[in-house]
Amino acid sequence: MKLYEYAAKEIFSKYDIPIPASTLVSDADGAEEAARKMGEVVIKAQVLTGGRGKAGGIARASSPEEANIQAKRILGMSIKGFPVKKVLIEEYREPIKEMYLGITIDRTKKSPVIMASPQGGIDIEETAKNSPEQITMMHINPLTGIHEYQARMLANSLDRNKSPELINIIKKLYCVFIDNDCQLVEINPLARTKDGIIALDGKMVIDDNALFRQDFSQEETGSLEELARKNGMSYVGLDGEIGCIVNGAGLAMATLDMIKHYGGTPANFMDVRAGANAQQVKTALEIVSSNKNVKSIIINIFGGLTKCDEVAKGIIEIFPEIKIPLVVRLSGTNELEGRAMLGKYGIQMASSTEEAAKGVVGLGHSN
Amino acid sequence: MGILIDKNTRVLVQGITGHEGSLQTGQMIDFGTNIVGGVTPGKGGSLVHERPVFDSVNEALKETDANASVIFVPPQFAADSIFEAIDNGIELIVCITEGIPVHDMMRVWSYLKTSSSRLLGPNCPGITTPSASKIGIMPNHIHKPGNIGVVSRSGTLTYEIVDMLSKNDIGQSTSVGIGGDPVNGTSFVDILELFEDDSETHAVVMVGEIGGTTEEESIDFIKQMSKPVISYIVGVSAPPGKTMGHAGAIISMGVGTALEKIQAFEKAGITVAKSPSDIVQLVKNSL
Repeated sequence: MKLYEYAAKEIFSKYDIPIPASTLVSDADGAEEAARKMGEVVIKAQVLTGGRGKAGGIARASSPEEANIQAKRILGMSIKGFPVKKVLIEEYREPIKEMYLGITIDRTKKSPVIMASPQGGIDIEETAKNSPEQITMMHINPLTGIHEYQARMLANSLDRNKSPELINIIKKLYCVFIDNDCQLVEINPLARTKDGIIALDGKMVIDDNALFRQDFSQEETGSLEELARKNGMSYVGLDGEIGCIVNGAGLAMATLDMIKHYGGTPANFMDVRAGANAQQVKTALEIVSSNKNVKSIIINIFGGLTKCDEVAKGIIEIFPEIKIPLVVRLSGTNELEGRAMLGKYGIQMASSTEEAAKGVVGLGHSN
Repeated sequence: MGILIDKNTRVLVQGITGHEGSLQTGQMIDFGTNIVGGVTPGKGGSLVHERPVFDSVNEALKETDANASVIFVPPQFAADSIFEAIDNGIELIVCITEGIPVHDMMRVWSYLKTSSSRLLGPNCPGITTPSASKIGIMPNHIHKPGNIGVVSRSGTLTYEIVDMLSKNDIGQSTSVGIGGDPVNGTSFVDILELFEDDSETHAVVMVGEIGGTTEEESIDFIKQMSKPVISYIVGVSAPPGKTMGHAGAIISMGVGTALEKIQAFEKAGITVAKSPSDIVQLVKNSL
């Protein structure tokens, strides 16, 4: 789960990591009023995607009137498909130097890694690729936490003259990372100003698996992804025409690959997870068929925990309503019962992933 | 023979009284696995499938001689169960649980490294050696004894491939699912090393997917193996930046695409199958 910049900064502030004074507003009048109190401000689009600066989603304003105009412009924008509903009005702080500080998970070393670079502000992925010597990486043992010497080395790599201040921020950011179950926490830029070091931007990604013990409320978007998640399933929208329902992520990816292999285009990825019941299968079909681009649907189940007769029951309950041709593959636990149940409805059956993929692509061609 | 488990492996089920734990315990007993007992805090003294239930692993080890455990505990408590198994010296810990927070798994990994236990998973289907023992949730009927080692990051896709091999009269020495999470206990290389040393394994099928670099990290080892390895990598059609179900299956910062993995394998001279049925043909050709 990604957090908005303002939400990440609220958390930084709770951990005494310095941030500029700011107000979150959703209209231009609010922006004007905030700017009247702060003087020169920066207006920043609050969207859950990168590249908003390049897209024109960040602007400086030196008067309240200008803040009004800029806020109105940015609030009308859509950045990479994300409409801007709120802007953060922030007191302008002039950076003397822009640095980078981030903490993420190194999958290879299976531990947290802190990354620091005296070259911040710009695209850190570019820096990592083109001048890796500009980035200091420090792996942390999660059982001991960050050692003082590690924070000191990182701080020195950023700015030797500001070491005590930076050590403090690095240690606090590590606490943010641990306490909030972060997959990523990032300050870019971390700026030196005439009044000290300050976090000018903030990015946080929380591990979805840890939301049960964290207090973040997921924003309701009404998306199919969200509806699937609420029902214990995983859905990713794609831009093709064949709806896919599969149990297991690996088998789902293989199914999508096979559809492409036979010349079809998948409309979605969907993993109904192990042990799906009839109700979940019905919901899965509702979700997948609600995408208007879907011309045919493949259901590919290899039942271990999942019972094929339960899947068949779910299909039968909704099949008459959806009016989209299906190809169904049922193997594994209770496969004979499941297949017999569907046999009566004249649904096209297949006995392997490849046969099912070929079958569903063939349906598209005959329509 | 196969790897890691055999007829003498004595298995404890952590979370045996839960719906899944109890159901799968029955399936493992049917398969022939030597289940010696189970653990559920607060349920000690009861029986599940005629096996004794204990309040803790420590108590279970006083009454049984378990040397392996399988975990069906919900994600909130699963890391604690792994720590408990490690602290009690369980040699092989198989964690089926899906959805364990990644921070918990990083702590588990740091601790595991300093112990002599091996962890398989989490978020994995377990391990099966046909005609000997099964620890986990793979369907019983798909396996057939033979000489092919199977190792995979996936669950149901492993079933499909094992089933297809069996139907084509190609038996398996052992089938292993290492799990789909970004931080797990056993890597491809760990399992490939075991297959290389196993006299009963003549060739290996390795099933990878997008995300991370665990497939690429195994290339150097595969190149020096004496046995043929047939690989299959899924996720060619996956877009970057989206998690494809498995917590580990995400392409980020351009790292971990299926195409990159396939190209790296082919460049190293490792056989890559184009589809599940292609695997069968390539295995036949390799023997």
